[in-house]
Amino acid sequence: MRLPCPICGERDRREFYYQGAAVMLERPAPDAGEDAWDEYLHLRDNSPGDLDELWSHDAGCGAWLKVTRNVSTHEIRSVILAREVRQ
Amino acid sequence: MRVDGKGLIERSQPVSFRFDGNTYRGFAADTLASALLANNVRHVARSFKYHRPRGILTAGSEEPNALMTVGRGADADPNVRATVQELYDGLEARSQNAWPSLGFDLLSVNDLAAPFLGAGFYYKTFMWPRVFWEKVYEPVIRRAAGLGALSGKQDADHYEKAYAFCDVLVIGAGPAGLMAAWTAAQSGVRVILADEDSLMGGRLNAETLTVDGKPGAEWAADMVAKLAAMDNVRLMSRTTLTGAHDGGTFGALERVAHHVNGTPKGGVKETFWRIVAKRSVLAAGAIERHIAFQNNDRPGIMAAGAVRVYLNRFGVSPGKAVTVFANNDDAHRTAMDMQEAGVHIAAVIDCRKDATALGDYRLIAGAMVSGGHGRRGLEAITVQMASGREKIATDCLAVSGGWNPTVHMTCHMNGRPTWHDAIASFIPTPGAIPGMATAGACNGAFSTAACLAEGVSAAKASLEALGVTPVVMDVPQADDTPYAVEPLWAVPGKGRAWLDFQNDVSVKDVKQAAQENFTSVEHMKRYTTQGMATDQGKNSNVAALALLADATGRGIPETGTTTFRPPYTPVALAALGAGAQGKGFAPERKTTSHAATVVAGAPMIEAGLWYRPSYYPLPDEKTWRQSCDREVGWVRNAVGICDVSTLGKIDIQGPDAAQLLDFVYTNMFSTLKENRVRYGLMLREDGFVMDDGTTARLGQNHYVMTTTTAAAGQVMRHLEFVTQALHPEWDVRIMSVTEQWAQFAVAGPKSREVLNGLLDQPIDSDAWPFMSCGPVDVQGVNGRLFRISFSGEHAYEIAVPSRYGDSLFRLLVARAEALGGGAYGMEALNVLRIEKGFITHAEIDGRMTAQDIGMERMLSGKKDFIGATMAQRPGLTEDGREQLVGMKPVGPVKQLTAGAHIYSNGEDPVRAHDQGYVTSVGFSPTLGHFIGLGFVQDGLTRHGEVLNMVDHVRGIQTRVELCDPVFFDQDGGRTRD
Repeated sequence: MRLPCPICGERDRREFYYQGAAVMLERPAPDAGEDAWDEYLHLRDNSPGDLDELWSHDAGCGAWLKVTRNVSTHEIRSVILAREVRQ
Repeated sequence: MRVDGKGLIERSQPVSFRFDGNTYRGFAADTLASALLANNVRHVARSFKYHRPRGILTAGSEEPNALMTVGRGADADPNVRATVQELYDGLEARSQNAWPSLGFDLLSVNDLAAPFLGAGFYYKTFMWPRVFWEKVYEPVIRRAAGLGALSGKQDADHYEKAYAFCDVLVIGAGPAGLMAAWTAAQSGVRVILADEDSLMGGRLNAETLTVDGKPGAEWAADMVAKLAAMDNVRLMSRTTLTGAHDGGTFGALERVAHHVNGTPKGGVKETFWRIVAKRSVLAAGAIERHIAFQNNDRPGIMAAGAVRVYLNRFGVSPGKAVTVFANNDDAHRTAMDMQEAGVHIAAVIDCRKDATALGDYRLIAGAMVSGGHGRRGLEAITVQMASGREKIATDCLAVSGGWNPTVHMTCHMNGRPTWHDAIASFIPTPGAIPGMATAGACNGAFSTAACLAEGVSAAKASLEALGVTPVVMDVPQADDTPYAVEPLWAVPGKGRAWLDFQNDVSVKDVKQAAQENFTSVEHMKRYTTQGMATDQGKNSNVAALALLADATGRGIPETGTTTFRPPYTPVALAALGAGAQGKGFAPERKTTSHAATVVAGAPMIEAGLWYRPSYYPLPDEKTWRQSCDREVGWVRNAVGICDVSTLGKIDIQGPDAAQLLDFVYTNMFSTLKENRVRYGLMLREDGFVMDDGTTARLGQNHYVMTTTTAAAGQVMRHLEFVTQALHPEWDVRIMSVTEQWAQFAVAGPKSREVLNGLLDQPIDSDAWPFMSCGPVDVQGVNGRLFRISFSGEHAYEIAVPSRYGDSLFRLLVARAEALGGGAYGMEALNVLRIEKGFITHAEIDGRMTAQDIGMERMLSGKKDFIGATMAQRPGLTEDGREQLVGMKPVGPVKQLTAGAHIYSNGEDPVRAHDQGYVTSVGFSPTLGHFIGLGFVQDGLTRHGEVLNMVDHVRGIQTRVELCDPVFFDQDGGRTRD
């Protein structure tokens, strides 16, 4: 599998560290309550098709990426820098 | 036997080789198989299960029978297909799976017992008693079955991994592949053309057909020469594409040195390639299928197309009186070519009633071969005609049941092939592999003209997808005879008719599987083992599922295929894991003091990828404990020097640096004064401890963080996540500087004395109190000094740019030795920190909370930080959790062991009574006894209790008293003085 890093270009997936669902970008407020924190940390959908994920280009530029990937076909739909998600 | 005037072999270069102890002669450019056939060696192997005599069936990598061991000793390669092994002078091959010899094999009794050994025999027979499964049945079956064996010796050969990139990858260099590569190359893109054969050209080297009026082999050679001359083309012969993977990545195995006698010095035997291609063209050709009839596995019965390969490419006729049995016109070429070369054609048997002879040979149309005769080599065949039976003497029967497109690669990403009635076989389903076009015989186009044309069109499609305008290309003139086939899978009749030669699966086995309700093709495969051998059913899959379809009353498309998986042909683990053994297994990280440490005779231990000294032995010391005890004593009483450069160092700068640290640490860092250091605790978001370490404030907006050696990478990635993903608005930059600074602990009562001989300006306690830091000049070099201690003594850590590390270490050690101390290693460091109750990742193993390690007060209530919320959830705060304690042995056994478990008095040492466990132990020379750290339920409130420690693994049991984890200098006076 290959991932197009917005900074470095297309690279082999072995240069990247996989974090999991991009839910981790939406950190709840400290007082958001148990359910919100439980959801944030533990509960993940496990469905085929497109998934927003977080990857880190560890063996490259060190950028955290939000990758939309079809988890059935490994097709990469889009990649943006995590720091640009909220812009 | 050789046929004069035929073949592409080098008749001027005779070579000598051995098979099963006999010496034979062949020529350069022969394969082992062609040379054996030239020497009239027909019986070359025994089958896997029934030990039936077998000969060479094919001329390619699909060969199921002629598996041999090539070479001797550690160099021996088992299960080499003689059909792909190129001949070289001195080659030595041995047959496999026969004892005592190929000619007389004791286990051939299995063949007589065959009525009892059909499909499912093992499953039905070796059911009970259960204890026999692993102890009796499996060893016995394993000994009886099997192919070649590894030598058991270290493989001295080198293997390599390599990477290649291109715009268009063309797989297969037959007529379609050559035209595809030529079209793409002429259009200016980067092309890789890979072919598993040593000689590119595919079937053009095996047929007497012409292209543009030239003999096919000559046209192919010209084309290869033209491609080789182009800078944008890489030709990879002897390279098998093993798999198609995501993102245009392909695996490929290059057999670099199997065609020469021994790997050249400094060379490699095989290279495993990862090829990344923007587009690919599969031109993998087709594999001829056999027809099942009684004893259709006799040596001398071969694929009709393979017979043409041996004649036209190698100048060999596999027999003197050749017969042909076919269901298609293509096989008639075998009769034509053989006859033209002067070989006698005894008969051509074609099952089609309307078949016509293409030349002057005896054609028996509408008939079938119903049996082969001659156990160790074919002597005759029985032909079943409408008018009755006839026995025809023959020593070579060329069989063709039609051709199966080599669709394997198109199915490697969960794709399934599509049934095509016209050729009675499967063709690739378009789009099965993103970016891959298919061309030629693998696409079901069997004439040379169609292959050439499809090669051009596949390349054009690939170029257009790349946005490149293809050059205008004329398709060469070639034969365009239509392919006509009438399906024939098995000849009706008695006796065993073989489908899968390598796993000895017969027509009857498939029918039996269907009868016993293993009607899914995947179940049939596993029940009969059809298609599960090293050829992965290349010769038998389509026929087997056609017969299964027939037996279950379904059509072939509904029956479907089993799953095609990489690799296309077997790949040695040595090639896949090339480089990853010995020194190549993992990178080595070395500190700047490494050279001096090695000279001092210190044994190294691995800490992650780092190499760190265990201890520095003196000449009179016999055991590591003596050295360790002495080094601990140096630090407690004089001074010790230890390289601590392996700890992660992260430089943090920017107006929001303090805010970042407040967010990732549980305690405050924005309040830390400049030129001061503070210990920090870091949690994961789920509330468990991630790491700890000290962070120094070097300036208003400048900090340097230290992490543990083990978690340096994790912490760096974590900080990147926080700054990029959670708070991109913060103005702060982070950078790992672990490699840039060499840092040494100078610890002990005389530590300042050591430094004051080296620093350009001497230091004192007023200017440099405990937990202070700042810039210093060391012999004119700008360095950093931190007054911190991991030993509990008055201590410093001094850092200089790495290029001065070696020099500074030697200076520090020399000065320390002059003051009655010296260098110390990890063993002493560990004892020193256990004496002080300092934790490492032996304690914070990912399951510990701040409360568990007695650091609840470090959880600031004044701010939000990573882990703050979840650290307060009930499961992490309630009573009953295991908490950090110190331990001392108080029973008759005075030893503690890490990993041992703690049990209550009077209770069985079993899981249900487990109270905790020991994480770190050491003998404290300072206190004169063993000390340990560990976790015990509610341990913080149980100091003074005496419990049982049981080490089930080492068989050690003792009584331990729980105590404060700080064993030495509990008020920390020595550190601050």
